[in-house]
Amino acid sequence: MMQNPLYSITALFDLPDEIIHAADKTSKAGYTRYDVHSPYPVHGMDHAMRLNTSKIGYFAFAFGLLGALCAVTFISWVTISDYPLVIGGKPFWSWPAFVPVSFEVTVLFASVLSTLAMIVLYFKFPNNAHPLHDTHYMKQVSSDKFGLSIQAEDPKFDEKLIKEFLKTIGGKEITSIYFEPEELSHGQKLFDLKFIGVLLVVALTVSASTYFTLNKLMYMQPFNWMMVQNKLKAQQASGLFRDGIGMRPPVEGTVARGFIPYAFKGKPEDAGTYLVDPLLPTKEVLDRGKSKYLTFCSPCHGNFARGDSRLQGQFPNPPTLHSDKVRSWPDGRIYHVITEGQNAMPSYTPQISPENRWAIINYIRVLQRAQNAKESDLK
Amino acid sequence: MSGQSSSTEYLNKPLPLITRSIGWGLLLLGAVCYVLGYLVDVRHAAFVHVVNFLFLTSIGVGALFLIALEYIAGAVWSVPMRRVNEFLAALIPIAALMGLLLFFHLHDLFPWVNAEAVAHDATLKMKEPYLNVNFFTLRFVVIFGLWTVFFYLFTRNSLKQDIDKDQKHTRFNIGLAAAFMPVFAIGLTVIAIDWAMSLEPLWYSTIYGVYYFSGIVLAGVAAATYIIVKLHEHGYFPQLRRDHFYSLGTLMFVFINFWAYIAFSQFLLVWYANMPEETYWFIDRWKNGWEYVSVLLIVVHFAVPYFMLLSQDSKMDLKRLKFISIWVLFAHMLDLYWLVMPSFSTSPVLSWMEMSFPLLTIGLVVVIFSWKMKRQNLIPLGDPKLGRGLEFRL
Repeated sequence: MMQNPLYSITALFDLPDEIIHAADKTSKAGYTRYDVHSPYPVHGMDHAMRLNTSKIGYFAFAFGLLGALCAVTFISWVTISDYPLVIGGKPFWSWPAFVPVSFEVTVLFASVLSTLAMIVLYFKFPNNAHPLHDTHYMKQVSSDKFGLSIQAEDPKFDEKLIKEFLKTIGGKEITSIYFEPEELSHGQKLFDLKFIGVLLVVALTVSASTYFTLNKLMYMQPFNWMMVQNKLKAQQASGLFRDGIGMRPPVEGTVARGFIPYAFKGKPEDAGTYLVDPLLPTKEVLDRGKSKYLTFCSPCHGNFARGDSRLQGQFPNPPTLHSDKVRSWPDGRIYHVITEGQNAMPSYTPQISPENRWAIINYIRVLQRAQNAKESDLK
Repeated sequence: MSGQSSSTEYLNKPLPLITRSIGWGLLLLGAVCYVLGYLVDVRHAAFVHVVNFLFLTSIGVGALFLIALEYIAGAVWSVPMRRVNEFLAALIPIAALMGLLLFFHLHDLFPWVNAEAVAHDATLKMKEPYLNVNFFTLRFVVIFGLWTVFFYLFTRNSLKQDIDKDQKHTRFNIGLAAAFMPVFAIGLTVIAIDWAMSLEPLWYSTIYGVYYFSGIVLAGVAAATYIIVKLHEHGYFPQLRRDHFYSLGTLMFVFINFWAYIAFSQFLLVWYANMPEETYWFIDRWKNGWEYVSVLLIVVHFAVPYFMLLSQDSKMDLKRLKFISIWVLFAHMLDLYWLVMPSFSTSPVLSWMEMSFPLLTIGLVVVIFSWKMKRQNLIPLGDPKLGRGLEFRL
């Protein structure tokens, strides 16, 4: 142990006032290479140690400018070219909106980077070995004592004299600190290959595990208001079928339920001859027929099938259904007109199901009978 | 203690005759200019009068705020210079007198005094319960009355302590400071709203009081800094050192930033919301030449002093501190001009009135100091924190 070189001689003090006076006296005695350690900043220490004003402020200013520049450039790029959005009718480059954010980024850069600069410049980070580490002295000054340590590299250094001197200024527990040569390195290690390598590994590990955790391990779909659903939409491709078509044509020779093709296309007379009303004129059927008639037919033919609706005069006038012609038509003939349309009347196939068509025909028959009642009906 | 041993020296050290004569000369010259101004153009003179009234209030109340702040925060470094603030706070009753003179011209200044205008405007009618002459007068009297009482109590206790060296005065003043803070905050908000914002009674800004507060403290610190440095240079404060001046410079720097922060916040909200009933106030200050005044205000009130005080050394440089404190006082004057004068004229006006009315303020400050320094000690000898204040190190 004793062959290790001497680093410094340390002394401990009890009160902040004592350490101020001790530092003042040490400066007056002509020592320059010494340091003071205290559990909290002591006012007046800069003066007592004859220190110059700190240069870290210039770093803070430069880093602050850098932060402001980064923020303004980034926000400008985003709002002008990368993702221009009109907000509140203001121009894309609305500088007042950028000021608060730029201010915060300036403060962030200035504070974080100048702290880093301080660690690098004054504490020689990443070199974190120091002869005073792991000593009784360091334990004391980081809890409730104030310490002074005069280093061996001081030009006026003389172990015996200094021990005497520290005793006269009131120091207690005067100790010599020895160190192993590798503990003391004043070289700048910031660009050391090993340090940069470790930094790189840390950066890669952290970003990779962050990516893995957030995107693979515990990825949660953001709530998208059910816009994305596990089903095929029209025109979408499907991997299930060999041809890749999602929309399937019906199997050859089959008919989809509810899509039975109309057998009398373009043959109104045949329809009249062969089609038979499948329904009985019960109350339910007539109620249904009335409801559908009022919905689909009455806008043109009128509520009582007289061809007198409010559309009178705006189109070729829709005919009355009380004419001899319509009254003498078989049910199938009327069904054909509803199915295929006639003159200005379009086909109602998509709107009215076959069953409802028959119900409507039943209701039309009721209306016709009401207008042209038989004599027996009146009895 | 060193401060006490050299105490009698201060008691017998009034300002030199030449300074006193200059003070009286400026005061008289300023008063003559006021009279001439009112003879030439009553309305114009009244508006410039408002600017100067608010300026005087700023310095006085700002100084009183710094005194209260020192007590309530237990500050040590500012104790040796506290008398300067106590002297400056004597401007409060004088500002009240200057404000009282303005009551003859309320009709020229405030649209809401005009009964016919109020009858025709629904908004003014709605605001009538607050904006009417009786309540306005009551607010003015109560606020300046309270401020004057606080000024009187603070300084009386401080002076008593010089003689009996009793710590109970400090304790009493700490309680007084706590009571003063809400009176100060509410009072300055009301004064700012009444005397500056209600010049355009349809416009409103909820941050207006804070805006005026930033100006008030800045004016108080700047005036105190200039006087302290000047007196130090002429041997009145021999024990002060760069640590004290650095603290003054830092305080000034802080409030330069605070003003910019608040001024920009006020602008940003109006700009964002973009509502015509709010934006017109800024638009009025961005046309017919007022835009140059607005830009000048940003440069003079923020950019220049910010960079001049940014570095650590510049806050300890006495020459620069003196220059900046005068600069900042001018900037505060410009700020008030920018707040008040657009209600008088749609384009900026700069006549001999704007130039000469501040002479009265400068004269008043010099006269107050020469009068007070003949009678009172420049250093609060009895203050228990004085020794630590003189020993203060960063």
